[in-house]
Amino acid sequence: MIVRRPFFWIIGLAILVFAAAPLGKDVELRESLLLAAVYITLASNLNLMLGYAGYVNFGSIVFFGLGGYFCVYCMGSLGWGLGPSLLVGGVSVSLLSLLFGLGILRLRGVHFALATIGVNEAVMAFVTNFQPWGGSTGIYLSTGLFQPLGGPAQALWTIYYLLVAVMGLSLYLSYFVKSSKFGVGLLAIGQNEDAAAVLGVPAPRYKALAYSASALLPAIAGGLYFFKGAFIQPADAFDLTLSTEAIVITMLGGQGTIFGPALGAYLYEELRGWLLTSPTFSNFQLVVAGVLLLLIVQFAPGGLMGMFYRRWPRLKRFLE
Amino acid sequence: MSALLEVDDLGKRFGGLQAVGSLSFAVKEGEILGLIGPNGAGKSTVFNLINGVFAPDSGRVGFRGADITGQPPYRVARLGLARTHQIVQPFAGMTVLENCTVGACFGRENLPLARARAAAREAAVLVGLGDRLDAPALHLTIAGKKRLELARALSARPALLMLDEVLAGLNPTEVARMIDIVRAIRESGVAILMIEHLMQAIMSLSDHIVVLNSGRKLSEGPPAQVASDPAVVEAYLGDPGLVQGRGR
Repeated sequence: MIVRRPFFWIIGLAILVFAAAPLGKDVELRESLLLAAVYITLASNLNLMLGYAGYVNFGSIVFFGLGGYFCVYCMGSLGWGLGPSLLVGGVSVSLLSLLFGLGILRLRGVHFALATIGVNEAVMAFVTNFQPWGGSTGIYLSTGLFQPLGGPAQALWTIYYLLVAVMGLSLYLSYFVKSSKFGVGLLAIGQNEDAAAVLGVPAPRYKALAYSASALLPAIAGGLYFFKGAFIQPADAFDLTLSTEAIVITMLGGQGTIFGPALGAYLYEELRGWLLTSPTFSNFQLVVAGVLLLLIVQFAPGGLMGMFYRRWPRLKRFLE
Repeated sequence: MSALLEVDDLGKRFGGLQAVGSLSFAVKEGEILGLIGPNGAGKSTVFNLINGVFAPDSGRVGFRGADITGQPPYRVARLGLARTHQIVQPFAGMTVLENCTVGACFGRENLPLARARAAAREAAVLVGLGDRLDAPALHLTIAGKKRLELARALSARPALLMLDEVLAGLNPTEVARMIDIVRAIRESGVAILMIEHLMQAIMSLSDHIVVLNSGRKLSEGPPAQVASDPAVVEAYLGDPGLVQGRGR
């Protein structure tokens, strides 16, 4: 049984650490961990396509941004509560992605990667001209919406815990996919799609499902993130920078592993924080990320987890 | 008794080249049918047309009573038709057992993961990879990769197995072992359609032989009859493979 494997409990432990660390009202630590949780959610879900199925999604941020828009719109204009807004956002974005996926997943390699950027740009152009969602000026939320959650200060804690939960769900999703038949099929597609199809893997359906599944939790995270800021606009929601960072994180930690994206996200967030506050390197973070990506692809395509596994092969049994 | 696989008037054109033309043959339950012909005769294309890698321009393919013409490969595989590739296609980053598990998971019996692993192990042991289960496919020798192709196809527990030159590139000892394995598979009740250049091997293994030349059927019959057919001898003239009994 899956529950008996040590890694199941290691994920639980990671969630507990995130939940307990900022107790004692350490707001600064909470904000840093909140960003790490967002990064982990994005990277872990990106990994379903990138690491398992071998499809590079450069535009994964479209899920996050659209999820943000759905949630903010449902709350601000329709007057819904946070819970239903998040759920509707997540499910809608996941269904929309299924449609996008059925279209662009006929492409492979570089062509697919370019098409994912296209999807993000097209959605951004649409939203920029979509007046019910505020067009290019975006949507502002009234801070009164924080009242049902116990006022702004308490609401930030609630949002933090919900994001940690979304992060935990992302890791468990990654774990369940990898330990299932679905995951075996995706990994085979990632290795050699034609050979996988000849062996009976229903590649088109599996890829579309993976693409759609990888949209659900980032969309919910986007809803929480933009609700927290009480403001959303196209330039922030569909910022390709965050997509690129998610790729760097996944590659850094180790694509195709479950723990890798989490490790990469945590390290990247630490590095980013240090670069932002260091006077010499401020605004330098993307250059560093780019160089990092080059070095990983060239010298350690398995990322940190790949290096660990080579050094300590028995680690595979605990850290998957 | 109806045939397991029926190929009826199959045709495929690539640009100006008629790769396969009005080809018909049938594979019966439990038999080994050998598909031979000079290089470029269209043998591998026939495999690709049968299992849906290419859609034929004309004709029909029937398998276990169903029309599978132009069905995608994954659906054909699910119906119980497995194949190996002439150029090996291992999942390089996966172990031998993981490779075979993919075959078992998505093959005819659509096994759940745990039972698929057991079936995969069985198939790997049968082809002699039992001691390399946890080795990455990448690290196998050519003979090992050929055997992995076979094990992976076999893991699916197919009704019909299509073998595309599983003997090519093996040394005489390995060839002898592989022939024993193919016989054992047939004994277990699986029908086999095989392409092979090694004449001695295919003549001794097959119950029935179809000879292709330039995409068309040149001759058909039991091995002895085909070997003495003047049209076949003529097509092979200049091909030292037949005379010396060695491939290519």
